[in-house]
Parts: sequence; structure tokens; C-alpha cells
Amino acid sequence: MINRSLIVFIPAGYPTREKTVDFMLSAHADLLELGVPFSDPIADGALIQKAYFSALSTGFRLRDVFWIVKKFREQSDKKLVLMSYYNPIYRKGIENFVGEAYHAGVDAMLVVDLPFDEANEFVGVCRDIGMKNVFLAAPNTGEERLKAMDELSEFIYLVSTYGVTGVREKVSSLAFKALDRVKKVCKKPVAVGFGISQRDHVFELLNAGADGVVVGSAVVRLIEQFGEKAGEKIEEYTGLLNAINWY
Amino acid sequence: MRFGEFGGRYVPEILIPPLEELEKAYNEIKQDEEFKRELDYYLRNYAGRPTPLYFAKNLSKELGMKVYLKREDLLHGGAHKINNTLAQALLAKYMGKKRIIAETGAGQHGVATAMASTLLGLKCRIYMGALDYERQKMNVFRMKILGAEVVPVESGSKTLKDAINEALRDWAESFETTHYLIGSVVGPHPFPTIVRDFQSVIGSEVKRQIFEAECGLPDAIIACVGGGSNAIGIFYPFINEKVRLIGVEAGGEGIESGRHSASLSAGSKGVLHGMFSYFLQNEDGMIADTHSIAAGLDYPGVGPEHAFLKDSGRVEYSVATDLEALNAFLKLSKLEGIIPALESAHALAYLEKDVTLKDSVVVVNLSGRGDKDLGIVMEVLK
Repeated sequence: MINRSLIVFIPAGYPTREKTVDFMLSAHADLLELGVPFSDPIADGALIQKAYFSALSTGFRLRDVFWIVKKFREQSDKKLVLMSYYNPIYRKGIENFVGEAYHAGVDAMLVVDLPFDEANEFVGVCRDIGMKNVFLAAPNTGEERLKAMDELSEFIYLVSTYGVTGVREKVSSLAFKALDRVKKVCKKPVAVGFGISQRDHVFELLNAGADGVVVGSAVVRLIEQFGEKAGEKIEEYTGLLNAINWY
Repeated sequence: MRFGEFGGRYVPEILIPPLEELEKAYNEIKQDEEFKRELDYYLRNYAGRPTPLYFAKNLSKELGMKVYLKREDLLHGGAHKINNTLAQALLAKYMGKKRIIAETGAGQHGVATAMASTLLGLKCRIYMGALDYERQKMNVFRMKILGAEVVPVESGSKTLKDAINEALRDWAESFETTHYLIGSVVGPHPFPTIVRDFQSVIGSEVKRQIFEAECGLPDAIIACVGGGSNAIGIFYPFINEKVRLIGVEAGGEGIESGRHSASLSAGSKGVLHGMFSYFLQNEDGMIADTHSIAAGLDYPGVGPEHAFLKDSGRVEYSVATDLEALNAFLKLSKLEGIIPALESAHALAYLEKDVTLKDSVVVVNLSGRGDKDLGIVMEVLK
């Protein structure tokens, strides 16, 4: 699913569901990650929190997530990962949620607060339906756990540092050490995310062996700044990041 | 790791190693004689244990039953919270952590955490929803005087649940040096078990004291339930005894009004703050805003062991409204000369809601004192 890929995260419904589709289409991404708004996003920093809170306070509903995916799918065949917290999935019913996401056109699901050892039922349902799974790894994840998630995961999403999502100046040295280790233990491709915003970051990580790099908060910041007109900015910004692949 | 289907460890992968580290340290330390001795020393000499089991003779006469009050309100800090904060701060110290973080709603757990941290020489940061920070200025000041840094949380609904979110975010970055001292029987495993064990000192004392007073077990034990730590603490040693156990949730302005915090009575199953339990939420799984006159009960979820005890039928759960709690607050003050916390007043209010309690022996957990609530009560009585 990934190979020297730029993965772009867009939060659903910020500022509107229609705009989310536009933003997804305008991004120079190899793979898109769509964030499902949640009232209590414990793994997210201030930018994404604010985006989710703003979407929910304008009346954004779960059904709008599936609407966005369908509209996107009508116009693009790029791979799409849905990133969510577990409660909205559990509340709707795992089968209902995964089924609807799959039929709308989602390729894989990443559930931020569902570690693989709590995910038996969820993974089972995904398998039956044909939905792929992506699990998070962190710099402090032990070898046994890495091996276990390698079995279940389409690719590994490696969190680059300790803490939450957000724009950071530098890629932490933890990230490179962790990337080395995860690449050695896991057979599946590895994408690195959290705190990555600059072209240099992307370049460094791909050179260090990452199969994909995720940018999130930096894109959210553009939406925060430019609102409905952020599409062009996202196109420009992600174009600059993705140009790395032209060399 | 679970209480029936409830509990678990629903956290981002980054928090799994610190939770495993904590579980391992806790399992070692609970057998450790030196730890037990040191904790016992502080509980006696610093916090003021054991607390009395007081026979409330005037209230008993008025209600036509024998009411005993477990006087957790007499502890240092004015609530049962110190039982847990002393123990966890000591645990943190044994683990080699230098810094404590905690969440607080009304400020009681924050104050108790600040006390224990200062006592044991640990740095302390308390997260508090920005709304609570405004509403509870006196407790904010108390925490600051006690040496803690208090951070108002501006995200989400700006209340307790958002303070927990922020503490979890801090911990994901700082776990190498920092212990997250959670204030109730909530959160990912092993927190609900650790807090239950440290609060069980309440029930263990009651068991001994009620045998001395009544030569037998009580008919019922009643406690208020927000997250549920004072309730689990007094219930747990009686789980296998023939005693009615009754938890009272905050009914706010009435369940039908939608403005309440009764997650067991009116909530549904879900996952938040690392645990599978009952929550107040909408049909999309977004967590609801809650209300109670008692800030310490104002939480949209409940500890997973309570969820289990409800479904298994071992504990009965009921609600008392703001108004019922307020009346009980005034009644105990007038009859016994004891001003209860508005939280504990929910448990007292239940005494008048259940006619089957007549002529029986009842223990109520008086989990805190009401001095902190005088401002709120003064406003309501105007």
C-alpha cells in the first residue's frame, strides 16, 4: 500500500464536509488519511483537537464521514486510510461501521486507542469484510509487540516521538533509532508520523528507510489559517513535500 | 485486567509500556513490607487514619434507622482522596519517578495530590478544566500554596474529562520521569485496581468498627458514585458478605432533564480514558456534557468495576438529584453538626428514598467535608 509514499492527513468536516473532499483531492498525496472527529482525542495535539471540536460544534455527524469517503471515491482511486478513535466505532456497532466504511471506499482502518491486543473482535470483523488494518507502533514498543502487530497490519504506522500529534521543528533522534529497529523486526512497510512538517523531514526519513511519511498537523494548520480557501495552499505545500520523489 | 467484560487498556500504543511498567512495580510493591510500613505510617500520622465510624444518633432518630457515618471527612485535606494520593505518590517514589501529574475536577484530588507530592519531594502539575479553574478559585490557590503548578485546560468542554485527556497527553510525552496519579477507579488497567486497593482501607476499617459496635455486619452500605473510588473503597471488603451495597449517582436536575452525571443509570457501554465501561454519550459515540451540583460527581463515565458490579447485580445503583442532595446537606448540618460534601450528601439523600431501610443498620460513607461547597450552597439558597 505504501512505497516512498507521502501520506496526507485531513480531518473530516473542517470546516465543512464538502471542503474536506476538495482538500483530499487537491493534496499531492500517495495515500490519504481521513480523521474521524471525536470529542476526546487523547493522542492529538492542539491543532487537531481544535479541528475536531470545530467540526463537531457545527453539527458534523458520523454519517458525514461516509459521505466524504463516497464523494472522494467517485473522483479518485488513491488509497484511503480512515483514522478514528474506538468509541464511535463501538457505538455504531463494529460490523456496521466497518461495513459502511468499506462500501464507501475505505481501504484500511487505524484505530488510535485500540492496541492490537484489545482488537481481536475488531480485526475479525475487518477480515470478514475485507477491510485492512493499520496499527500504531511507538519508539518504546517492544519486539514481541512489534512482531504481533506486523502479522495484523497492512503497514506499520510508527509514531516518531513521545507525545501527541503536532508540528515540531525537528524529527526527533528517537524516530531514526526506532525506524531502524522496526524495519529490522517487521516485514511490513513502515510509515513514520507525528511532528513531521518540512520537506527536509520527509527527505531524511525516506532516506533512512521509511516506506512512507505522514504529514498531518501542518496541513490542519493551513486549514485553520485559510479556511475554505486552504485547497490551493494544501496543493502547493504537499506538492513541495512530494517533489522529493522526482529526484 | 478486566472486571467481566469491563476495563481493559484502550490507549495509544505509546502508553502500553508505561502501563506495563506500573503494573509490574505495583505487583512487586504491594507485597513489600517496607512499602506497607511506610504507607501505614503516613496514613496514621499524616492523613489521620483510622477515621471514626460515628453513630449519628440524631439522624438515626429522625429517620427511624441506625445510621453510622464513616468519617472520611476528617482526613487531612477533607476527603478520602488522600488515601490514594499518599499511596500512589509513594509508589511513584519507589519507581524512581521525579514528577507527578494529575487531573482534578473540583480540586479535591488536586489538593490531595499536591499534599502528597510535596510531602514526598516530588514535582507536581495538576490539570484542571478551564471552567472548573474559574469556579474553584480557592482550591486552585490551595494547590499553588502547596507547591503545585496548576494548568487550566481550554480544550473540549473545559471540565474534568478534558483535564484527564490533557494529563494523558502529558504522560505520553513524560512517562520516563513522571507518574500519572489518577484520582479515581477509572482509566486503563492497572489504574482501577490500584486505586481500589488503596481505597479499600475504608471498608476494612468499617468491617472492624461495625463488628465492635453492632457485633455483626450492617444491613446496607451506601456511598456516592462519580468515578467511584470512595464507593469501591468501602464496598470492596464486603463484596462477599451478606450486605446490601448501594451506589448513588448524581441525578442533577433529574434524569429526564438530560442534565445529570448518572452514567450507570442512564448511560451506555463505550470506551473512553482507556477503559470499557458505561458512559453518557450521543448516538455517534461523542461524549456528553454532564451536570451535577457536586463537582466531584460531574464525570461522564464510571469505573469499570462498578459497571461490572451493576451488570452482575451485586451492587444496586440509584440516583439522587441536586435538590435531594442539598436537603441532605442541610439536614446533616442541622441534626449532627457535620457539614458533608455535596458529593457525600447524595449518599445521605438515599436514606430517605428507600423505605426498606427503616429499622435497619446502615453505614454511609461520608467521603468528604462540605466546607468547599459553602459558596455553591450559599448561591442556591439565595
